[in-house]
Amino acid sequence: MEALNEFLARRGIYTLVLILFFLGVYGMVLSKNYMKKLMAMNVMQVAVIFFFLCFAQKEGATIPILVPGNVNPADYINPLPHALMLTAIVVSMGTTGVAIALLMRIKEFYGSVEESEVLRRASK
Amino acid sequence: MTLGEHAPVFVVLLPLTAALLCLLASRLHRELGGWLVQLSLFGSFLASLDITRTVLRDGGQTLHYWMGDWSPPIGIEFAVDPLNCAVLCTITFIALVVSFYSVPFLSEEDWMHYGGYYTLYALLTVGLCGMVITGDIFNMYVYLEVMSLAGYGLIALGGKKSMLAAFRYLLVGTIGASAYLLGVGYVYALTGSLHIPDIAVRIQPFIHTPLFAFAVACFLVAFGIKMALFPLHGWQPDAYTYAHPGAAGFISGCMSKVPAYAMLRFFFFMFGIHNTVMQALLDVLGIMGICGILIGSLMALAQYDFRRMLAYSSVAQLGYIAVGMAMGNMYGFIGAVLHLINHAFMKCCLFLIIGGITYRFGEVNLYRIGGLNKKMTVSTVAVCFAVLSMVGIPPTCGFFSKWYLMLGAYEGHQYIYIGILVISSLLNAIYYFRIIEQMFVQREASLTEIHKPDSKFGLPMNMVLPIGITGLSIMVLGIYSMDIVTRVIKLGLPEVFLR
Repeated sequence: MEALNEFLARRGIYTLVLILFFLGVYGMVLSKNYMKKLMAMNVMQVAVIFFFLCFAQKEGATIPILVPGNVNPADYINPLPHALMLTAIVVSMGTTGVAIALLMRIKEFYGSVEESEVLRRASK
Repeated sequence: MTLGEHAPVFVVLLPLTAALLCLLASRLHRELGGWLVQLSLFGSFLASLDITRTVLRDGGQTLHYWMGDWSPPIGIEFAVDPLNCAVLCTITFIALVVSFYSVPFLSEEDWMHYGGYYTLYALLTVGLCGMVITGDIFNMYVYLEVMSLAGYGLIALGGKKSMLAAFRYLLVGTIGASAYLLGVGYVYALTGSLHIPDIAVRIQPFIHTPLFAFAVACFLVAFGIKMALFPLHGWQPDAYTYAHPGAAGFISGCMSKVPAYAMLRFFFFMFGIHNTVMQALLDVLGIMGICGILIGSLMALAQYDFRRMLAYSSVAQLGYIAVGMAMGNMYGFIGAVLHLINHAFMKCCLFLIIGGITYRFGEVNLYRIGGLNKKMTVSTVAVCFAVLSMVGIPPTCGFFSKWYLMLGAYEGHQYIYIGILVISSLLNAIYYFRIIEQMFVQREASLTEIHKPDSKFGLPMNMVLPIGITGLSIMVLGIYSMDIVTRVIKLGLPEVFLR
């Protein structure tokens, strides 16, 4: 019990994030609908963003805005992972946009976004 | 500061500016956007030549360009060493040549498609060049995504089946990009740095931890997907087959090579190869490479669609690069880099030719191009060069990279690689010589002309010239390969081989 507590306290959140990541991959591989695949892809991307935000967290530290008189870096959270994730969020939005545009064209062309249906019409 | 000192940033900045202005220019006059992009690519090529000159003049000293004069590891830098120069010149040259080649394919498009095509094309160049020269691993992620998104767009422009190919590539490619980001996260959590040389120092205490192994595995998956290494290559044949014929040469030539090059930088320059994790990883890479070579060649043998055959052949050729890295010695490394450059030219040339055949006859079937030597002279000569080079016959460039790979295998006593290289060369000979046999020996196939040629070469001039130039550069690279190796690549070897 002690060991489990210790594990959850130290690694619990990372385990959850990794489970979320692989859940996303699993969804992308196994779901039969292209829209669902796309949503699973977003879950996967969010998992990576969570991962960065988790390891940027620091106990007893404050937001990275200078408090007058306190210049000790240990008292502030590292802002870089958050800044990186802003970029990653923008990129994932761009990817989703392109994917939806492609999906609309696929729907227009094949009349469906179900994988089996699209593949059947594509092989004709 | 003079203009010349800013050359590294111009390589990326010029196509980026052109990409942003391209649609506007196309709105004013349909072809203006295309000219703007071609001009910017020419500038980018000149800038990379200028960097190469500077770097070689300084005896292979790495050229650093600090963004906004912020010194690394705080700031982002562009670092150009001799290897980067060689790859950069290859990319910008192919981009420039293929940008002229695309024009006839777009002759019936309206301004929106014309401008859009060239916008994506310029962005693809930005992503590829940026990935090569950046010295910051998160910056590389951004360029990776710029490259991928532009690539999805160009693939989707190809016509009927291409949307599906692009969408699948997008799904798989995003798994790769997310794995890369996860790897970056682990490396950053371990070292607190994103700057490649800085990480190389700070990662040393952690090279035996499982976290390091996980980060390395993430990078292997990420680059493996992007470079279409064997078990992760599922997206690639469809994407190459249905890509826009005007850009297929560029996409197939460069888009899988640059991730391979990034992998090489990560493994040899950042993580170093003399630790247990990396040794195990190189073994895995070697097995993946061998499987890729054999299965890619066998699958290529079974295809009758010219483009699909080339796509599977790419899987095999990327296997060579992986095997070269897996040898982990100097000759293997040189072979991998040389093959990366050579294969970019060979595959680009072959895709340009099949694009030309598609443009004139609308035919992609390998067995229906009989007697083409009388109709398209320049293209058939270029095909001969490219095919001989693919099989590895001197003096074409393909021979020399295979030679270095074999030297590497001999040096490392990994004789199985020599066997694999010989077998795959024979397989290459089987499936590539079919093309020559069809073109020169078989009786003339009845082909319907879609676009009547206006010159005696059988294709519009701005398609013949790129085909001729890439075909010729295969020979030139072969003849000067000794110089390329001793004067450029050997100057940029990672430290592990210099001791």
